[in-house]
Amino acid sequence: MTEPLPTIVLIGHGMVGQRYLEALAERGVTATHRITVLCEEPRPAYDRVHLTSYFSGSTAEDLSMTPAGFMEEHGIALHLDDPAEHIDRAARTVTSRSGQVFPYDVLVLATGSYPFVPPVPGKDAPGCFVYRTIEDLLAIEEYAKTRTSGAVVGGGLLGLEAAGALQGLGLTTRIVEFAPRLMPVQVDEGGGAALLRTIESMGLTVHTGVGTQEVVTGEDGSVSGMRLSDGSTVDTDLVVFSAGVRPRDQLARDAGLDVGERGGIAVDARCRTSDPHVYAIGECALAVDGRVYGLVAPGYEMAETAADDLLGREKEFTGADLSTKLKLLGVDVASFGDAHGHAPGSLDVVWSDSRSGVYKKLVVSPDGVLLGGVLVGDADSYGLLRPLTGSVPPVAPEQLVLPAGVGAPVALGPSSLPDHAVICSCHNVTKKAIAACATLAEVKKCTKAGTGCGSCVKVIGQLLPAAADKGLCGCFPYTRSELYEIVRTRRLTSYEQLLDGHGRPEARGGDGCEVCKPTVGSIIASLAPTLGASGYVLDGEQAALQDTNDHFLANMQRNGSYSVVPRIPGGEITPDKLIVIGEVARDFGLYTKITGGQRIDLFGASVDQLPRIWARLVDAGFESGHAYGKALRTVKSCVGQTWCRYGVQDSVRMAIDLELRYRGLRAPHKLKSAVSGCARECAEAQSKDFGVIATASGWNLYVGGNGGATPRHADLLAQDLSDAELVRLIDRFLMFYIRTADRLERTSTWLERLEGGLAHLRDVVVHDSLGLCAELESLMADHVAHYRDEWAETLQDPERLRRFVSFVNAPGAPDPTVKFVPERDQVKPDLAVLTIGGAVR
Amino acid sequence: MTVELQVAQGWLTVCELSSLIPGRGVAALLPDGSQAAVFVDRAGRPYAIGNQDPFTGAHVLSRGLVGAVAGRPFVASPLLKQRFDLESGRCLDDEEVAVRTYPVRTAATS
Ligand SMILES: Cc1cc2nc3c(=O)[nH]c(=O)nc-3n(C[C@H](O)[C@H](O)[C@H](O)COP(=O)(O)OP(=O)(O)OC[C@H]3O[C@@H](n4cnc5c(N)ncnc54)[C@H](O)[C@@H]3O)c2cc1C
Ligand code: SF4
Ligand code: FES
Repeated sequence: MTEPLPTIVLIGHGMVGQRYLEALAERGVTATHRITVLCEEPRPAYDRVHLTSYFSGSTAEDLSMTPAGFMEEHGIALHLDDPAEHIDRAARTVTSRSGQVFPYDVLVLATGSYPFVPPVPGKDAPGCFVYRTIEDLLAIEEYAKTRTSGAVVGGGLLGLEAAGALQGLGLTTRIVEFAPRLMPVQVDEGGGAALLRTIESMGLTVHTGVGTQEVVTGEDGSVSGMRLSDGSTVDTDLVVFSAGVRPRDQLARDAGLDVGERGGIAVDARCRTSDPHVYAIGECALAVDGRVYGLVAPGYEMAETAADDLLGREKEFTGADLSTKLKLLGVDVASFGDAHGHAPGSLDVVWSDSRSGVYKKLVVSPDGVLLGGVLVGDADSYGLLRPLTGSVPPVAPEQLVLPAGVGAPVALGPSSLPDHAVICSCHNVTKKAIAACATLAEVKKCTKAGTGCGSCVKVIGQLLPAAADKGLCGCFPYTRSELYEIVRTRRLTSYEQLLDGHGRPEARGGDGCEVCKPTVGSIIASLAPTLGASGYVLDGEQAALQDTNDHFLANMQRNGSYSVVPRIPGGEITPDKLIVIGEVARDFGLYTKITGGQRIDLFGASVDQLPRIWARLVDAGFESGHAYGKALRTVKSCVGQTWCRYGVQDSVRMAIDLELRYRGLRAPHKLKSAVSGCARECAEAQSKDFGVIATASGWNLYVGGNGGATPRHADLLAQDLSDAELVRLIDRFLMFYIRTADRLERTSTWLERLEGGLAHLRDVVVHDSLGLCAELESLMADHVAHYRDEWAETLQDPERLRRFVSFVNAPGAPDPTVKFVPERDQVKPDLAVLTIGGAVR
Repeated sequence: MTVELQVAQGWLTVCELSSLIPGRGVAALLPDGSQAAVFVDRAGRPYAIGNQDPFTGAHVLSRGLVGAVAGRPFVASPLLKQRFDLESGRCLDDEEVAVRTYPVRTAATS
């Protein structure tokens, strides 16, 4: 008779539990032990860290952390939906809810934590939720379908994430935080203030320094509002509690295991509890350093420690880093190391720009060692700074917090990191281990780095040997700027010529792809006048290269209808023209919106309406606003000297001149500009690709700015320019950018990538160091001389107009699936939500 | 030459082959009220798939850009850019998603 195998019972199949199983498998323990897993949830372990991405399209399968066939391959018995209810330590058995009794030799607790719900009246009413499991999300999603507002109790990391999710579900959302600032654990006061501004600018309402006293319910007993500790009452249909988590240690308490005063199953450095046969790992454990870690990286380390201990290997878990980066869309927040500067004698280096919501603080020891930091509004450097923690950075910390473009350029790249620097803290992977791999895929496979929170992926990319193939796509071995040069010097005017003559051998004679077609289309369009090609983007083969927006000279919106955007140069418009826009919108039933770019957008036009709409607009003197193309969008302006008492130059006239000069210019990315009449900057010129600010003696030109998710202030390129100097410099700047930028690379990233940065750009376009300027100017002169309005041309050509139908076999019929429903006296798309693979997208 | 699509009632003439630009599509309204997206590749071969983009619900696939991987043509949805194989209807970016395909042929105009 053979001896029965020793048995391991794991309670809890969460992220850490699964990692423990993998650690056992890696060490060969699955072959020598019988393993049973009790799982409370109805599904095997999934990625809780990216739970919120479920709302943005990930499916339950995407989130799964259990490789297919893993349990079978390793002979692990997984019991779903059957939590452990009782541990008998004397008999060494675990009893589950279904009544089964499991004997064990080794018991591992990985029960995670549960969301803490403050004991306020009404907390259990329908409409109250927590945010921890896929089931919680499903319930919130279902409930939110018929409601309009939501509130999150708790403004910590998770609370903000939950609030972002509620907003994404279409609810007007507020956050109630007891502490005087958001994310009180991770960020300091300055960071909290910057964070608050950013969150508010996203349209969320934030209450700090107030508690929730009561959940108010309506007549039907469900949530209708909340009463706050400052006496006020706010309306809300739904409440998500995210006021912290508590370790799930009840099972252990009942079994008489030691627990901490404030909860958590007490373990030693080997993750053993007070009973040597029982381990506790992950969020349910109270580590030797007296902390309960609410993050996945320390949990993974505990899983490895417990697995090693089983084999008698020496490994200790004595504490971990608390670095975090918020994954909420659009808000960059990160904190790492000793963010609050608890170490004695530590010093702060702070950069704070309240206008743009950027706050950066580094904590350094008196001898210059980087101890930690907080980044709000711009966390780009997080991936690099975190591994530098504990060492003296190669450049002064002051330089590390300055935004790009201010002060001396900082040459801090991953090459400055020591070999032992931990790049991926989720999986504890060093620079050395990563440098041994050739591709990101290999890194992920061999080291797991990058497969956790993902915040290290950018730095990993920089550590890998530069990919040998810099080709644009599967069709071309060249970059965009190389293709630009080929087209320019060979005077090619056709995509097929380029593909068949210069494409990769396997792509020649083929159909190309959706990446290179529009790119080449744009290159040919921006060089067209110089090459002697037709500049009209819908001529012949060019038509097949354009993205749908360029093809229909309008912007496709989510239900397949289009928006129409007439150009309003500089934002100046006569009452008569305003009336025409209003009449057109009314007659075609279009939704109208005044945009941030000083335009009036008309939404909801079907393909077949476009020519009729444009016929009226062109008649009234309007031109295409190129809202669809990778082209110049708008030049915003303030009223300037003409009307404003502060203005020192005529900003309106300059904006109109610039907009008309560069209209229709095709570029690697859309371009925006603005002109302000004085340093008060009402037109926000410094957040534009090129921005102009009037001075008493001329114009200051700023370049490389952008708004959006990762805002960047533009850099000052030249000062006190005359009108002619200004225009000449912008001509050169734009053409140099169009010539050398990558596909979809905006001026801000291009400028940061450019070797030598701003100084180099200034050398090239101001001092003509490459002798290129005459050519750049002549390219622009060609563009200006050959500009024609695409819509005016289209309307004159019956052949081209034939394309503007919904159905080729029923030219008069509108598309019956493009439907609208009323909203605030206008229309919005009526679109059925589709179900794919069991999940709603 | 005309392009014809097979539907329940038989072969339906959709349009002249010459009115299709290689690499671009058109939408056709079918007798049952559904919609097909019809394309022709550079070699002049026609393809037809359902017009509804399964990721957004909008009827827009006919307005995507045509390309090819390993010689197999696909269309990239103009909305969120997922690619669909024009021969099998399978989504190249998500194994579990596919759109329907229609038998299609070119016929000499009589
Ligand atoms: C929305 C969200 C975002 C997050 N973002 C981050 C982040 O960015 N970075 C980060 O580091 N961490 C993040 N976390 C925290 C991270 O998810 C946890 O630290 C991690 O999941 C802990 O793993 P665990 O295995 O200890 O616990 P869990 O993953 O919670 O797993 C415990 C499992 O045990 C089960 N269980 C409990 N009791 C029993 C029982 N008696 N019988 C059987 N099963 C039982 C539970 O149902 C659960 O499935 C986030 C968490 C959430 C909810
Ligand atoms: S930027 Fe100056 S000139 Fe223009 S509106 Fe503002 S204050 Fe007036
Ligand atoms: S740091 Fe989280 S995946 Fe690398």
